[in-house]
Amino acid sequence: MNAAGLVNQLLQGILVGGLYALYASGLSISVGVMRFVNIAHGDLIVLVSFLLLTLTASLRLPLPLAVAVALPISFAGGYVLQRWLLQRVLGKGILQIVLVTFGLSVIIQNFLQGTYGADTRRLSGSGFETATIALPGGIGIGVLPLTIFVVAAALIFVLDRLLYRTRVGAQVRAVSDDVEAANLIGLAAPRIYAIAMGVVGVTVCISAAFMSVWTNFDPTSGPDRLLIAFEAVVLGGLGSLWGTLIGGIVLGVAQAVGAQFDVSWQLLAGHLVFLAIFLIRPQGLFPRY
Amino acid sequence: MRALRSVPRSIVVGRALLVLGALLLIAAPKITDANGLQTAADLLTMLVLAVMWNLLAGYADIVSIGQQMFVGIGAYAFYGFAVLAGINPYLAIPAAGAVALAAAIPSMAIVFRLRAAYLSVGTWVLATVVMLGAGKLDAFGAGLGTSLPVSVVEVFGTDPTSRSTTTYWLALGLAAIAFAATLVLMRSSTGIGLTAMRDDEEGTASVGVDIVRARVVCFLWTAPFLGLAGALITLQRLRVAPQMSFSITDWTVYVIFIVVIGGVGSFEGPIIGTLVFFVIREYLQNWGVWHFIVLGAVSIAVILIEPRGLWGLLRRVIPGDLIPVSHRVP
Repeated sequence: MNAAGLVNQLLQGILVGGLYALYASGLSISVGVMRFVNIAHGDLIVLVSFLLLTLTASLRLPLPLAVAVALPISFAGGYVLQRWLLQRVLGKGILQIVLVTFGLSVIIQNFLQGTYGADTRRLSGSGFETATIALPGGIGIGVLPLTIFVVAAALIFVLDRLLYRTRVGAQVRAVSDDVEAANLIGLAAPRIYAIAMGVVGVTVCISAAFMSVWTNFDPTSGPDRLLIAFEAVVLGGLGSLWGTLIGGIVLGVAQAVGAQFDVSWQLLAGHLVFLAIFLIRPQGLFPRY
Repeated sequence: MRALRSVPRSIVVGRALLVLGALLLIAAPKITDANGLQTAADLLTMLVLAVMWNLLAGYADIVSIGQQMFVGIGAYAFYGFAVLAGINPYLAIPAAGAVALAAAIPSMAIVFRLRAAYLSVGTWVLATVVMLGAGKLDAFGAGLGTSLPVSVVEVFGTDPTSRSTTTYWLALGLAAIAFAATLVLMRSSTGIGLTAMRDDEEGTASVGVDIVRARVVCFLWTAPFLGLAGALITLQRLRVAPQMSFSITDWTVYVIFIVVIGGVGSFEGPIIGTLVFFVIREYLQNWGVWHFIVLGAVSIAVILIEPRGLWGLLRRVIPGDLIPVSHRVP
């Protein structure tokens, strides 16, 4: 393989990292702030992807309009999910939270399979997804991957600001640090958690929009996305949103390099690099807490 | 006699049902056909997996979503010993359990370094890595897997009927050993610490119980039994394959549903859950994917309404444990 090909692969890997960071940003908020891993996170992304599929294919909405419709639905979905279901098991121990989100994951996957069938899907970005910018030396950058990367960085900037520079963010962190103390000073924990989960819903919707245009998906695609998001969060370090971007890039590059040897090594290479780094730095690359 | 009189009637009835069930299992080869035996062997294997997941999640606070890893390792090790190395297939079964135990030791380096919130998904990542790795082994048919050769299968019986009888006895033997040994573990000092941990982790640590040691013992305890179950599953399915031997749906998702519905953190729970699961599966499997939705919804409802499952509900009218795990104050 020539140098330009290698650079292309690495660039592709870095840009894929942007998509992984999108998956991971929402998970990072729910883990870092609410102290639990939502096992259904990947399935929620796939669920919204199918919602976008219905909006674009059945209602014939153009994709940007479909996303605009899906965004408030996702926010409300996250809010309601937290308020009505997850809040009931929060603080009762890891077992309950894991089991409820795990049950949710199984329900979503099978609901989608029952409703849409097991076919592999993809949304059309009407030419956007195939456009490339040609750089000198035979290097090409896809417009879609570049857009995703920029959006991921922008989203992480906004979320980081939201969490560490605004009143709502301070409330969220106060509640997650100590629910009792937050109650004493009059913060309504359930409502604040629900708002945070609504924000997670927004990240899920943005992830779903880009994922469904760039990659194939089917009703059982959720767990793969969850594992990638989880690895990016752990690599990044608890509570560090910028860390998840770096974590996503590390995974994306590892997969791209693995794919150089053999396409079937792509996924395994990402996981192995994750395990190797985790053994050396279990606290992650940029732990915030 | 005093002791006998002091046992409430509901507990006597419950214990009589357990004994009756055990007798039925021993008599099964006489009273049912090859199909029935296969279902029964299936049920017993699931019971072993359920007892092990319950030990981890219900007592040791290790909520694993990765126990399919040890099942798959056992399956592959069995195939490796019996087919590739050519040793006696009956000896290959315990050897498979030993390999699963050996695999548990390095995986502790990862599992026990994960924060509590991360542990579940961490075990899942590990299981996925091992499954993908198994798919790279050409000697085991790579990604597609491979069948057990006839020569190995015939060691367990030359016709389907005698074979299903053999695999049934093996499954019953494993279930009996797994159940009895785990009961002994729970009645040891480690087990008393575990039961205390289930009820109050911080309090247990403050009275000097070594929680880390207890959790390590549990983790290492389950691995060989899961590996043995994997060997028997290979005998039941007559093949190994990454997607089947390491199936998260079959060896973990169903198992979690069984334990949650039956009652996590008790010995009766996995038994009740396994029976309920087989009834549900029998009646709902024509519903296709919708039976998963029912199982998932029921599990969430159980967690919200009665976290100790069906056994927790029964326990409201039954004043004590059917299976005496805890020591009584005399």
